[in-house]
Amino acid sequence: MSLSALTSQPASDTSTTSATVLPLKLKKPSRLATRLIPLLGDIAARVVPPTIVIAVLLLVWELLCRKQGATLPPPSQVFTETYDLIVDPFFDRGGIDKGLFWHLSASLQRVALGYALACVAGVALGTLVGQSTWAMRGLDPIFQVLRTVPPLAWLPLSLAAFQDGQPSAIFVIFITSIWPIIINTAVGIRNIPQDYRNVAAVLRLNPAEFFVKIMVPSAAPYIFTGLRIGIGLSWLAIVAAEMLIGGVGIGFFIWDAWNSSHISEIILALFYVGIIGFVLDRIVAGVASFVTRGTAAN
Amino acid sequence: MSAYLKIDHVGKTFSRGASETEVLADITLAVDKGEYVSIIGHSGCGKSTLLNIVAGLTPATTGGVLLEDREVNSPGPDRAVVFQNHSLLPWLTVYDNVRLAVDKVFSGSKSRAERHDWTMHNLDLVQMGHARDKRPAEVSGGMKQRVGIARALAMEPKVLLLDEPFGALDALTRAHLQDSVMVLHQKLQNTVMMITHDVDEAVLLSDRIVMMTNGPAAKIGEVLDVALARPRKRLELAANPTYLKCRQRVLEFLYERHRFVEAA
Repeated sequence: MSLSALTSQPASDTSTTSATVLPLKLKKPSRLATRLIPLLGDIAARVVPPTIVIAVLLLVWELLCRKQGATLPPPSQVFTETYDLIVDPFFDRGGIDKGLFWHLSASLQRVALGYALACVAGVALGTLVGQSTWAMRGLDPIFQVLRTVPPLAWLPLSLAAFQDGQPSAIFVIFITSIWPIIINTAVGIRNIPQDYRNVAAVLRLNPAEFFVKIMVPSAAPYIFTGLRIGIGLSWLAIVAAEMLIGGVGIGFFIWDAWNSSHISEIILALFYVGIIGFVLDRIVAGVASFVTRGTAAN
Repeated sequence: MSAYLKIDHVGKTFSRGASETEVLADITLAVDKGEYVSIIGHSGCGKSTLLNIVAGLTPATTGGVLLEDREVNSPGPDRAVVFQNHSLLPWLTVYDNVRLAVDKVFSGSKSRAERHDWTMHNLDLVQMGHARDKRPAEVSGGMKQRVGIARALAMEPKVLLLDEPFGALDALTRAHLQDSVMVLHQKLQNTVMMITHDVDEAVLLSDRIVMMTNGPAAKIGEVLDVALARPRKRLELAANPTYLKCRQRVLEFLYERHRFVEAA
C-alpha cells in the first residue's frame, strides 16, 4: 500500500506539471503505462518460469544423450528425425502407415465412445447406489472389488467376448472410467444436505422434480469430479489397450515405432499423448465449472 | 375444541438399536388463527423436534397434530418452514428460490404472469426485490434469511413455522429482521409458531410463550400470555412494566426452576 502510494506520487506530479505544456502527448504513454505494461508483466510472470524450466530440461537432456553410448536420442535428433511427421500429420499411405492425426483421431474416437457410455451408465448406477440403501449394500462390494482390476486385465476377456479389437478397446475404456464416476456420483447423492431434502419435502416435490431440481444440481460437483478422473483414466487405458489390439491408434503407433526402433517417433507420440490428455482434462474441468457455477458455494 | 392448530398429546421417542430416548412427552397445545406462539427452552429440550413434528418432517411416536381439525402427518406447503440455516438452494437465484415454491404450490391456480408477480410481491415484502438475480452466496446472512421467509410466505401457509430463524444472525441484523417479521405478522395476520432460545425475542414477538422443561421427556412447563398491544415498538417496550414482567417470568423459568444441566 505505502509503496504504491510512494511510486504514484511522482508520476502524478509530472503529469500535472506537463499538462500545462503538452497535455495530449503525455496522456497516451501514461495510459500505456497503467494498462498495457502491468498486463505484459502479468503474462511474462506466467510464461517466463515454465519457459526457463523447459529450456533447462531440454539442455540437460541434450547434454546427457549426446554422449557416446547414450541409449536415447537427444532432443535435437528427435526433432530432425520426426520432422516429416510433425509437418505433415495428415498423410495416409493405406494400412497403418498414416499421419499422427489419423492415429490420434482413431484413439480419440474410441475414448469418446467408451467414455460416453461410461458417463451415462456411471451416473445412472451411481444415482441408484446413492439413493437406495439396499442397492448400495448389494452393489458396493462388487464395485469395490471390480474397480481394482487393472484395465488391461479386462482386455483378454473382452476380446473373447467380442471377438474383435475395436469393441474390446471401447469396452476397456468403458470399464476403466466407469468406477470413479459411479462412486463419486453415489457419494454426491448421499451427501445431499438434509436441508435440501426438507425443502423438497415441504414443497412436496415428486421424485422426478426432486431428481432434476435438487439431486442433480446438488450432486453435480461430485459427479464432475468423477467424470474428470474418468476421462484421465480412459486416456491412460487407451494407449495400453491399443498396443495389444493393433490397427490404427496412437497406442499401436508407439508399439510399432518401438518394433522398428524409431525411438524419436515414440518420444514425439508421448508428447502428443500428454498434450491431448491435458486438453481432455481441461475440457471436462471447463464444462464442470460452467455447469456447477454457484453450486459449491453456500 | 376447534383450535386452528392443535398439537394433541404428542410424544416422541428416538430409538437406536436397543437404547431408547424419550425426547418429548405428552405435549398438548392449541394455537388460534393469527396467533404468534413462541416455544422457548434450553438447547436439547426437543423444541426443534416438536417443530419438525408439526411440519411433518419427523413422525410423532404418540399423539398427532391437527390443522383445521384434520390430521397432518406428512410435510406440505400449508405448514411452510423457515429453517435456521436458510436452506436456500445455492444454484438458484434469489428469485428462482422463491419461484420454485410458487410454481409448485400455484401451478394449477395461477398463470405464469401471476406466478411471477406473486414471486416479486413476496420478495418485495421482505425488501429483497432488488437482489432477485443474485445467488444466495452473494447476499448476506440476514438477506438469505429474508429470502427464506419470502419463500415460506409465498406458499400462503396456514401456519408459518420458524425454526430459530434469527439464531445464526448478528445482534443488529437480528433486531432488524425481528422488526420486519413483526410488521409482516401485523400485515398478513399469519398463524406463526416460532422456536427460539432468546428471551427478549420471545417476549417482543409473541402473543403466547410456551416454556419447555429440560429433556429427556421434555414437557410444556408453563404457558405465558404476553398482554402487550400491537404494534409493538422495541424502544418503548424497554421500560414497559408488562414487558419486564413477562421477561422476568421467562427468565425465572429458564434459569431458576429449569436450569440447564450440562449433559450429566
